[in-house]
Amino acid sequence: MINGISINYYILLSAILFIIGSIGVMARRNSIIIFMCIELMLNAVNLLLVSFSTLHNDARGQVFVFFIMAVAAAEVAVGLAILSMIYRNVKSIDTHLLNNLKN
Amino acid sequence: MKGFLVISLLGVIAMLAEVFKFKRILMPVIVLGILAAYALNYMEWTHPFSIPYFDNMISFDKIALAFTGVILITAFFWFILAHSSYEKDPHMVDHYALVLFAITGAIMLTAFTNMTTLFIGIEIMSIPLYVLAASKKENIQSNEAGFKYLIMGSFASAFLLFGIALIYGATGSFDLKEIHTYISTNAGNIPSFFYAGVVMMLIAMCFKISAAPFHFWAPDVYQGAPTIITALMSTVVKTAAFAAFMRLFMISFAGVSDVWSHILVVAVALSLVISNLTAAVQSNVKRVLAYSSISHAAFMLMVILANVRSNLSVNAILFYSLAYSIGSITAFGVLNSVTKYGKESFDEFNGLGKRNPLLAVCMTIAMLSLAGIPITAGFFAKYFVFTAMMTTSYKWLLILAVLTSAVGVYYYFKVIIAMYFKPAENHEAVKVEIASTLVIVITALLTVAIGLVPGYVAEMFTF
Repeated sequence: MINGISINYYILLSAILFIIGSIGVMARRNSIIIFMCIELMLNAVNLLLVSFSTLHNDARGQVFVFFIMAVAAAEVAVGLAILSMIYRNVKSIDTHLLNNLKN
Repeated sequence: MKGFLVISLLGVIAMLAEVFKFKRILMPVIVLGILAAYALNYMEWTHPFSIPYFDNMISFDKIALAFTGVILITAFFWFILAHSSYEKDPHMVDHYALVLFAITGAIMLTAFTNMTTLFIGIEIMSIPLYVLAASKKENIQSNEAGFKYLIMGSFASAFLLFGIALIYGATGSFDLKEIHTYISTNAGNIPSFFYAGVVMMLIAMCFKISAAPFHFWAPDVYQGAPTIITALMSTVVKTAAFAAFMRLFMISFAGVSDVWSHILVVAVALSLVISNLTAAVQSNVKRVLAYSSISHAAFMLMVILANVRSNLSVNAILFYSLAYSIGSITAFGVLNSVTKYGKESFDEFNGLGKRNPLLAVCMTIAMLSLAGIPITAGFFAKYFVFTAMMTTSYKWLLILAVLTSAVGVYYYFKVIIAMYFKPAENHEAVKVEIASTLVIVITALLTVAIGLVPGYVAEMFTF
């Protein structure tokens, strides 16, 4: 129980956000939106960690959130760099154009 | 630990090489540094003192040191091999720094004792690899490989993190040992979301080691990335990911093996069948090697399955990753030289037996080892896996593994047949640098040597 709300609701909310994010990664074609969906997944995790951290009265969960934020920023930096490189080559960021690797 | 520090320091030194203009001597510095790291690692191995570092987050026990040793040996050979590809590259320094950081992450993955270091290790290893996979800037295939690797990698990381969060919620800890104690003291009283967390972590780790049905990114990434980077991905990264997988599931989650072993059985069976059958119809050699790495992943997973509670299987995994890494270094070394200008089809190997007899012999040894033919290291690696499997109830998996390996022999022999029995279109010998040739020959000799005295090597890895 956090502030009178059962922990299950927190888990449910983060699970829903996580699932929305993962569906977005799989279904959307625009690379930027895919990155946004990955961020959504990571933030669902952050929410879950923070609520568990409050539940256990333990700061380690929140420290972990900082690690996730830092790494997510690094990942997006690399991702956008790769994306701009792709844009330079094919003038588009639609993932359906990325089908040059096959047998 | 000292080896780990040396490697991370080498990465920083490599970045400084551009500024302080010692690019020319960077290569010897790195090679000597890796040797020094190996020596320090070996000293820790002979005088073991397992002090946990960083508030109990990293601990270099004997298993970690052994895996670090395998990674460092492979990295040593890789750098010598890679130098011919990067010698004239204006961005050589950046490449080397990124690779060294990736190796740092890989070593971290062998020694983590906390979920935080697991996550950080995976990311330190993966993020440089995303960049390296996409490092041929003008080549759309390379870009695509990097992009796919990035999306799949961060997708898997998100699953890993969600699993970690759920496990933290149940146990209130990120520490592997504390989680282990929690499982044994609270048996029958564990909330269901703990199991969900374990399964999500299993899925994420299967993504990372590219086990079916989460393998689909691997062939694309292996094909698109520069060949020399593919060599790194299929050796160092694979070994590290397995060390992490083993530590996580054999130490931390051993108590709930009923939950994850059933899923793992399916993953192993699927990997064996899909990888070997698909590899047989591929015409791109890099794709074939990617599928072959999936099938090798399945073999190593079988060991984890076989002996969830004993050190016996640690031995087998170490032997397997050593044999596989060395064999792959030879194979990718030859592939890198042969396909330097042309395409990556089997035809590139036509008549190599006449053009470059030495390379052809080494490639044959590597292929025999990967296929698991006797007197090579690969045979005994598979033999140890099978012995470990004999003690379990999964004997049907053993039969499946033998059958699919027989299919595997077909596509490995396609290379050998092309080299010796098909006429070459151009009769010019492939030019290979002396250093690369040395690495290829030495690794091929090592493959045979390990195959001749497998017991000696296996005994080195006793704990």
